[in-house]
Formats: sequence, structure tokens, C-alpha cells
Amino acid sequence: MANLAQAIRLALHYGEENLGVTDIFGEDVGAPLGGVFTATQGLKTAWNTPLDERGIIGTALGIAYAGGKPVAEIQFCDYIYNVIDLLKLCGNVTWSSAGEYSVPMVLMTPVGSGIHGSMYHSHSFESIATHIQGWKIVMPSNPKDAYGLMLSAIAEPNPVLFLAPKALMRQKGAELIPGEPADERTLHAMIDAPLGDRSDWTPNWPPVEDYRVAIGEAKIARAGTQLTVVTYGRMLPLSVNAAETLAKEGLEIEVIDLRTIYPFDLPCVKASVEKTGRLLVINEDTEVTNFGEHIIRKVLDEAFYSLEVKPELLAGLDVPGVGLAWGYEQNSVPQADDVLAAMRRLATERA
Amino acid sequence: MTATPWQAPKLDDTLKVAIHDKMVLGRATEEMLIRMMRTGHGYFWIGGPGEEGFNVPLGLLTKKGHGPDFDYLHLHYRSSATILAMGGAPIDILRQMRSTATDPFSKGRNFVNHFAIKPWNVVPVTPTIETQYATVIGTALVQQRHGGDGLSYVTGGDAGSAEGDFWTCMNWSTRPGRELPVLILVTQNEFGISTPANQTQNNLRLNERANGFGIKNACVDGNDPIASWHALVEAMAYVRHERKPYCLQANVSRLYGHSSSSGANRYDEPDCVSLYEQRLIRENLMTQAEIKAVWDKHNAQLADDLQKVIAEPMPDKSQVLQHVWHEGPAGN
Ligand SMILES: Cc1ncc(C[n+]2csc(CCOP(=O)(O)OP(=O)(O)O)c2C)c(N)n1
Ligand SMILES: [Mg+2]
Repeated sequence: MANLAQAIRLALHYGEENLGVTDIFGEDVGAPLGGVFTATQGLKTAWNTPLDERGIIGTALGIAYAGGKPVAEIQFCDYIYNVIDLLKLCGNVTWSSAGEYSVPMVLMTPVGSGIHGSMYHSHSFESIATHIQGWKIVMPSNPKDAYGLMLSAIAEPNPVLFLAPKALMRQKGAELIPGEPADERTLHAMIDAPLGDRSDWTPNWPPVEDYRVAIGEAKIARAGTQLTVVTYGRMLPLSVNAAETLAKEGLEIEVIDLRTIYPFDLPCVKASVEKTGRLLVINEDTEVTNFGEHIIRKVLDEAFYSLEVKPELLAGLDVPGVGLAWGYEQNSVPQADDVLAAMRRLATERA
Repeated sequence: MTATPWQAPKLDDTLKVAIHDKMVLGRATEEMLIRMMRTGHGYFWIGGPGEEGFNVPLGLLTKKGHGPDFDYLHLHYRSSATILAMGGAPIDILRQMRSTATDPFSKGRNFVNHFAIKPWNVVPVTPTIETQYATVIGTALVQQRHGGDGLSYVTGGDAGSAEGDFWTCMNWSTRPGRELPVLILVTQNEFGISTPANQTQNNLRLNERANGFGIKNACVDGNDPIASWHALVEAMAYVRHERKPYCLQANVSRLYGHSSSSGANRYDEPDCVSLYEQRLIRENLMTQAEIKAVWDKHNAQLADDLQKVIAEPMPDKSQVLQHVWHEGPAGN
């Protein structure tokens, strides 16, 4: 099975061949490295930019203006903060020009903790991103969804922010991407660059097929009746694991993989809360003005009388960074134990 | 649209008179906008009176059209005379000033002189006065790959050239073997709102900053449309055919101050329109009476335009949510 980085690569390859992608670019995105997580290795339109995030976003917008289809990368979302006004511009061009220009661009960036990344390789960005209007924001939790979301992002006529949970980049999927070889060693030999000199190397792409995950559609990753957990990205596998553990205790927990953070699938969340009467939102962004608060507010607006207990948010502590020593990360970003404890408590709380 | 190679028109007497006509149109339009601001027909004014001597030649020399065979324009907010010289309708600028629903550039959403004209490759003007130096890279990159002689130009003020995107533009457009057809234009009026240039710039010839990147550059008297014409012809020919960047500074006046926020009162600085009129008279290309007739023609038309615009609808509640998302197929 492809891992998440390979899935992104396969999707970008499909995009180059079939969906009009003209440029895949960013710092170290082109040869020889093909991205710090190898997500852009071997792609024919991938190129290296100067170390200049403002140039990267400006160039992407310019390419979109000129009829191209750019996929730009900010190497880590921790380094995205100096382009906020350009992101704002990408998001407001269609509205401010009253529809004259559209902005068909994809921006991908790795997010989140879990790799001992310390202060500047552990940030989350979705909460800030949702304050930049005019963008759609997606975050996969597995390779097949990464593939399907990337294809939808490329086909989308609006700017799409593709957040890649960096701790899951090497995680393999449970399901094959359509057209992916069944044996992962075959895939590796076909599309992973060799170590050392790779100047003569070209990938041998498998015939991957069109497979889309629609933007705005959540997925019920695990069905249940006693608690709704809404999450995405790296927190999704932790939540599913916890739900499986709790099932042995007789607790049936529904885990929703949001997949699209904005605009999020409120009907799916609402239907689940109406069934379970309980809501726990989990993500690793810092808790103040966290996107999970918005999810809870929408549920209060739309399904208040279905709630049996107060909804909760499990998120990162409101501290300036994720510290390198494990004691910092472990105690500021939700971990498997925290997820399990929060789920058990909320599922069993007396109504 | 067919893409024939660009050829600068010959600067003959007819064209010299036509340049005057467009300069007067630019000035009369801006003065109308200021009157609209004063009489309650618009909230905020910012524009380009004092830059017509440079901006009109720029508009006339633009390879106008849609797609990478034609020039892409990444403008800032003082470019009305460029758009008018290209054939833009003054009434549309009045519409944006009054923020009517009929404003074709933004449906009343943006300040005046914030154009967005896709058929002419005029990408949306934004108040963030540095981002245009970053977006110009992208259109130029597409053009570099596409071939032909289309270029991308970007305009900005002297103070704004302190922003990082100015340097980003020079750096990206000079990567070895990947040079870009970008024309970087700086209008030097020696002010950024209230801050005089001598407090922030160690060399008022900002084009010389391009020397550090090996970018060909020059400085021209933007109050002189003839000198500006020749400087632009040279700069554009270089970018179109060498497919490399060029930086041109134009020294200009800011005749009504920064914007309505500083009162939009007339300042005693060289006036490119009246200087040019004196020259046309001296060179026997126009008489005083002919010049007056040009002013009268444009002022009368603008007065009619204003009456029309005043009667046009304003945006209402139903329009707020329009165009948040682009619907339909992607692509510009
Ligand atoms: C990025 C950004 N910072 C600040 C402002 C506010 N602002 C608008 S115009 C201006 C001064 C610009 O001066 P200059 O670049 O010389 O252009 P001029 O107005 O003189 O033509 C400032 C500070 C802005 N619009 N954008
Ligand atoms: Mg200035």
C-alpha cells in the first residue's frame, strides 16, 4: 500500500497527466530531493524555488491569473506566517473582482506534531486558515483520501489548502488507490528515487485512475451510537484506535473523519449528534479560537436539543510552541491516552 | 485574438496630440473623482493626477489583449491614465468611485482605481501595495514558457519598493537560465503618504537597486511624456525580445497629495499636463483654443457620465454573498 507521501505524489502525477497541472513548486520540491517528505519526487512539472515563501505564493497566484494550474508548497506550515496577506489576496480576488478572476490553485503544506519537530515543525494551521476567507481547506488522514482529496483540490476552481499531517506521511493505507500495484515493493521500485545519485532516474508511474473524494464530504470512519467524535488528520487514527479499545468496554463510539475542514460537512456531524447526543471534537491546534469551537457552535445552533451532555473540545494547550523534549509535546498536544480518556469520560458521563 | 508581434507606434505629430488628449482625459477624470468625493458621491479617493505624463505612454505602448501573448498588468492605485489610454471608459471609473452595483471592476467592493479587466490581462489591483511584485512573477513565468513577445509589468511607488516583494521580484526574475520578461516600474514622487523619501531612501534612484541583480535599469522624467515614451519603448523592446527583466523609474508629481485622507488639495509641483501643453503650443502642434476644446470635450462627457452614474443602483443585501466562490470551470 502506498504511504501518504506516495499517495500525494501519485495524485500530483495524475494531475499533471490528466487535470492540467502546470507547475508543482516550492523549496526543495524539484529534483534531486523531490520534497522534504518526498511527496513531489519524480514529477515532471516539479521545480525548486528560491527560499522565499512570498515569492512562492505570489508566483502561484500569477500562474493562476495566466491560465495555469499551480500546486505550490510551503515546506512546513510553521513558515507560512509571512505570506498571510498573500493568502488573503488569493482568497479575496474572486470576490473583490466580482467574479472577473478565479484562483484555481492548490497550496500544500505539512502540519502538526508527532515527529519531534519542536518549535517550528509542529504547528497546526487550520484554525488560522479558516479565518482566511475564500479558501477551501482539506486534510486527509490516510493515503487513499489524500489521493482523492488532491484530485478534487486540483479540479477545484477556487484556492484549496491541502494540509498534510506530517506524522502520517510514512503511514501506509489500508486500501489500494485505484491503479496502484498490489505489492508495495513493486510500487517502491517504480516510483521511489534511489538513494545516492539519481540524476539518471525517472519514475515508472503505475496507471493510477481517477478517484475523487469530494470537497465538503466527511466520512464515518467508525460507526457508533453513544458518542460522536469529530476529528481529522493525525488525530483520526488515534481516535479510531481509542474507539476500538472502548468497544471492548461496550462503548460504541462514532468517529467522523472530517476530511474537509472548510466548508465542513455539517449535515454529517449533525445527523451523528442527533443519534448519539454527545459530541467530542479533537484536533491538535491550540485551543483558543480553535476551529473545533466553531464546530461546536454550529452544533449548538443546529442540534442543541439533541445534546445530552455538554460538548467538548480536546485540543492543544494554549502555549507558544511545541517543545522538543517529550515532556513538552506529550503534555501540550493530545496523545493517545488523552483521546481515550476524553472519549471514555464523555461517552459515560451521566446525562 | 491573434498575436502579432508588438511594434511601437511611430511617435509622430498625430500621436503627440493623441497623447495630450489621453493625458487630459486622465486628469479630468481624476479631478471629477475628487469632486465626487467632495460632494458625497463617493467615500474615498486615491488616484494618479500628476502621473499622466508617464502613465499615458505606458497605456499606449501596452500590448493589449487576453492571454500570455499579451502584456499582463500588475498595477497599483495610481494607474487610471494607463487604463484610459488603453481605451478604458471613464464612466466605469466613476462607477467604482461611487461604488455602484454597475462598477465593472468590483461591483462596489473596492476603492476607486482598483481595476480588474480580464480581457486586457489587468489582474486585480489590490490595496496591499507590495503583492503586485510577487504576482508578476507568475504571469511572466507563464509567458517565458509560452514564448512570443508578451511581457508582464508591475507598477509601484517609491516607498513601496522597500517591501520585500520588490526584492523577491528582482531575485526570481534573474535566476540563471530562468530570467523572466518583467518590466518593473517605480514611480518616484518622494513621498509615502506623509513620509518624505529622504527619511527612508539612501538613493532616490531606486532603479539602481536593480544593479545588484544585474538588471538593466534607467530613470526618466515622468513629467515629460515624450521622454517617457522613448524610455518605455527602449525598456519594453528589451524585455520583449531579450526575455529578461528591466527596471524603469519615473520621477513624477503627486498633484493632489496622497489621497482624500490628506484632503486631496492641489500641491505646487510640476504639472505634466500643463508643461506638455506649453510644449505643444511652442512646437505649433496645438493652439490654446484647441487645447481648451479638448478639456471642454472631456469635462462635458464626464459631467454627463456622472449624471448617469448617480442614477445607477447600489449593491444590496442580495449581492453580499455573490462571488465568494467561483462557480463553473476553472481557469482565467
Ligand atoms: C502592504 C501595505 N502597507 C501599507 C499600506 C498603507 N499605504 C497605502 S499607500 C502607502 C504609501 C505608498 O507610498 P508609495 O509606494 O511611494 O506610493 P505613492 O502613494 O507615493 O504613489 C501606504 C503606507 C498599504 N496599502 N499596503
Ligand atoms: Mg511615493
